Amino acid sequence: MADRVFMKGSEAIAEAAVRAGCRFFAGYPITPQNEVPEYFARRMPQVGGVFLQGESEVASANMTYGAAAAGVRAMTSSSSCGISLKSEAISWMAGARLPVVIANFQRGGPGIGTIQPSQQDYFQATKASGNGGFEMLVLSPSTLQEAVDMTAEAFELADRYSNPVLLLLDGFTGTMMEPVSLPEPLSEERIAAIRASKTWAATGKRGGAQHKVMCGPGLDTRLSQQAMNREAAAMYAKWREEECDCEEFMLEDAEVVVTAYGISGRIAKSAVKLLRAEGIRAGLIRPRRVHPFPAKVYDSLDFSRIRGIVCAEMSIPAQFATDVEAVVHGRTAFAYALSSGGDILDRSEIMEAARGLMRD
Amino acid sequence: MEKSIIIAGFGGQGVMVAGQLLCYTACETTDRYVTFFPSYGAEMRGGTANCYVVISDEPVGAPKVSRADYLVVLNDPSLERFRDAVVPGGTVFVNSSVVTHDIGRTDINVVKVDAGAIAYELGNPKVLNLVIVGAIIGYTDLLPAENVLQTAFKKLGAKRPEMNPINEAAFRRGLEIGKSARSGE
Repeated sequence: MADRVFMKGSEAIAEAAVRAGCRFFAGYPITPQNEVPEYFARRMPQVGGVFLQGESEVASANMTYGAAAAGVRAMTSSSSCGISLKSEAISWMAGARLPVVIANFQRGGPGIGTIQPSQQDYFQATKASGNGGFEMLVLSPSTLQEAVDMTAEAFELADRYSNPVLLLLDGFTGTMMEPVSLPEPLSEERIAAIRASKTWAATGKRGGAQHKVMCGPGLDTRLSQQAMNREAAAMYAKWREEECDCEEFMLEDAEVVVTAYGISGRIAKSAVKLLRAEGIRAGLIRPRRVHPFPAKVYDSLDFSRIRGIVCAEMSIPAQFATDVEAVVHGRTAFAYALSSGGDILDRSEIMEAARGLMRD
Repeated sequence: MEKSIIIAGFGGQGVMVAGQLLCYTACETTDRYVTFFPSYGAEMRGGTANCYVVISDEPVGAPKVSRADYLVVLNDPSLERFRDAVVPGGTVFVNSSVVTHDIGRTDINVVKVDAGAIAYELGNPKVLNLVIVGAIIGYTDLLPAENVLQTAFKKLGAKRPEMNPINEAAFRRGLEIGKSARSGE
C-alpha cells in the first residue's frame, strides 16, 4: 500500500536509526551486514551526520564510544566475530554508562564461523558481552517492521537508562527484503534538545555535569566502583520488573507451547498456526527482548495442561532454550528444533517436534 | 494463500531483478505480505545465483523455504541443485533455451519457456527474465499482470525508459506462454 516501502533489512535498520536521530555511525566491513555502513556512508552526509569506517572493529567501536560521550546519538554494527572484537569497547560503554546502540547481525560461529545467518551469539548477548558483569537491554525483532520499530526504541532506551542497547539480529534479517512503514524522522530541534539534555556530555565547554569518560586505571577508589556497580545492579533489577517484552499467542488453551525469538520467532508463529489447523492446540511465546528474559510468562504457564515446550533456535548447541529450561525447572517435557551454520529453521521440524510431544 | 518461488540461474541472467519485480509489485500494488531473500553471498562468478520469494495473505514465516511451490531454473546447474526443492504437484519453469538436462520428476508440472531465444528475437538477451516473469504470472495468476508491467515500467524504466517497449514485449510473450501452458493442463 502507499505507505509501505520494500526494503532490505540492513538498510531499513540504518534508515530507522537516522530517523531516530542517530548522527554518528562508525563500523568496519563484515558479511552479512555490509549494507549497513554502505547505507550510512550515503545517508549521513545528507542529514549532517558523520559516517566513519574505522581501521578495525576495535577502532570503530571506540569512535562510537567517543561520539556518545559527546552527547550524540551513536550506533555501531557488526556480525558475531566482529562483535567479539568490539566487546572491549562495549564493556567500557557500560562502565561509563554511555547510550549507544549496537547491532549484531549474527553469523555462524564459534570463531570466524560461516558468513551464513545464525543465532549462535545468544549467551554472548545476554550473559557476557564483555568483562565486568554488565547487562544490556537486548531487543530481537522477528520481522523487518519490528526491526524498524525496535531501532527507534533502542535509541530511546539507551538514553532513558544511559546504557548501551543491543539489537540482536541475524544474517537473514539483514539480507532479506520485506515491506516496512518508516516512522517520521525526528526534527532537528528535537535532536538538538536530546543532545542538550545530556548535561554530562563532553562538548569542549566548561561547566555541566561530570563527563562520562573512563580514564586511567578506572575509578578512583574501590568504594566508587562499588557504588557504581550497585547503581547498575539496581537498574538491572528494575529491568526484570519493567522492561520485559514478549508476544504471547494462543496460549489460553495451549497444550503444546512453541517458543523462539528473532527470525526463528516468525517461523515458530507460522508453525503454531499450521498446528492449530491440524487440530493441535499449540501456542507461542516469543520474547521480543531476550534480556531481560520474560521469566514470568513461562513461569505462569498452566503446567497441568501443557504436554511440553518446543524450543526453536538457529543455534547448536541450544542456548536460548537453557533460559527457558531454567524457569520451567522440569515441570514439563522439552523438545527442540535447532539448526546451525546457515540453514534457516524449517517450520516442519518445529511442527514435528510439537506432534512428538503430543504423542508422548 | 501462501505461495513460494525459487528463482535460480547464474549471475547476469537477471535472477534478482525477476524476484524483486514480483516483490515490488506485491508490496506496492497489493496489501499482501511478501518477502525476498537473495543467495549469492560467496558464489563464484559464473556460479549459481538464486532468490526466494514468498507472497502470502498471512504474515510470512520463513523467508527461505526448503521446498517451494514454484521453481524457475535458468540453467542446468540450477536444475541439478534445486530439482528436489519443489513440492509434489508444484511447477518448474524451465528456460528451455539452455536447459538440456532431464527434469527427472514425474510428480511436478513443467512449463518450458524458450526465454533466451525469445529475448534474442526481441533484440536484447537481457530481457530473458521479463519473459520468465511473464510466464510465471500467466501460469499462476499470482499477481495482476498489468500491475507487474506497471511496476516494471516504474522500477526498470526509471533509469532506462527506452527499455520499456522491449520489456513489455518480453513480458507479454511470456504471459501468453504461461497462459497456454495452464489451459493445456
